[in-house]
Amino acid sequence: MGDKKKQKLQPNQQRYQAFQQKREIKRPIFKNCIKAFLIGGLICFIGQLISTFYIYQFNFTEKTVGNPTVATLIFLTMLLTGFGVYDRIAQFAGAGSAVPVTGFGNAVISSAIEYRSEGFILGVGSNMLKLAGPVIVYGVFSAFIVAIIKTILTQWGGF
Amino acid sequence: MIFFWAFVVGGLICVIGQIMFDVFKLSPAHTLSILVIAGAILDGVGWYEPLIDFAGAGATVPITSFGNSLVHGAMQEAEKHGLIGVVTGMFEVTSAGISAAIIFGVIGAIIFKPKG
Repeated sequence: MGDKKKQKLQPNQQRYQAFQQKREIKRPIFKNCIKAFLIGGLICFIGQLISTFYIYQFNFTEKTVGNPTVATLIFLTMLLTGFGVYDRIAQFAGAGSAVPVTGFGNAVISSAIEYRSEGFILGVGSNMLKLAGPVIVYGVFSAFIVAIIKTILTQWGGF
Repeated sequence: MIFFWAFVVGGLICVIGQIMFDVFKLSPAHTLSILVIAGAILDGVGWYEPLIDFAGAGATVPITSFGNSLVHGAMQEAEKHGLIGVVTGMFEVTSAGISAAIIFGVIGAIIFKPKG
């Protein structure tokens, strides 16, 4: 809470704020980071296994193997999400399961399953990207800005 | 060796996410958006490609690679068609993540029933 907002509060409320801040449970940051590191690392390790398999089995190169790997991981996420396993992993791992694409897949798939009761068009169709929307929107917009700047610099700036 | 670095680099990116959750108290949506933007900027500067060469899936699996491949597709088209390519080429490289999420999302909704 900013200082400006604090000044508007009643003295009682200010005392409550201080009290509440003292009582707030400290998050075990270090422990959470270790968990996130282990699970996140493990997911990437599995991704690397899949990549290596595709490179040797289907003649993908190291540059093109990203796409099928991501698709396979999201397929696995669908199974884990459907059987309710992914939620339990997420509770343990925090960002470790949210930051890899599996977390993105989980956000899409879990809301698709959840809104099924509202019908396939208005429920699944319109709510599926509710959680993953910001990632797509700001990913595309920032990529647009970056690519525009880079294009102008390289094509007209002679860099 | 690439397996080891995939684990370490992927894990470290997740730790950055965890720190944004816990220390800066951001919501998952904020954290993921910031990471995607960071990926786009890193590719713009040209640092993400070397990271992929170095860590393989450790760099392609975290959500940062989404921003990276969006910029990549846009740049590929931009080289051929100029500025208009930035718009048309955006999803060229990164199509798999979004299409897989949508396809498997619908399939999941057909197969699985919501719980509780």
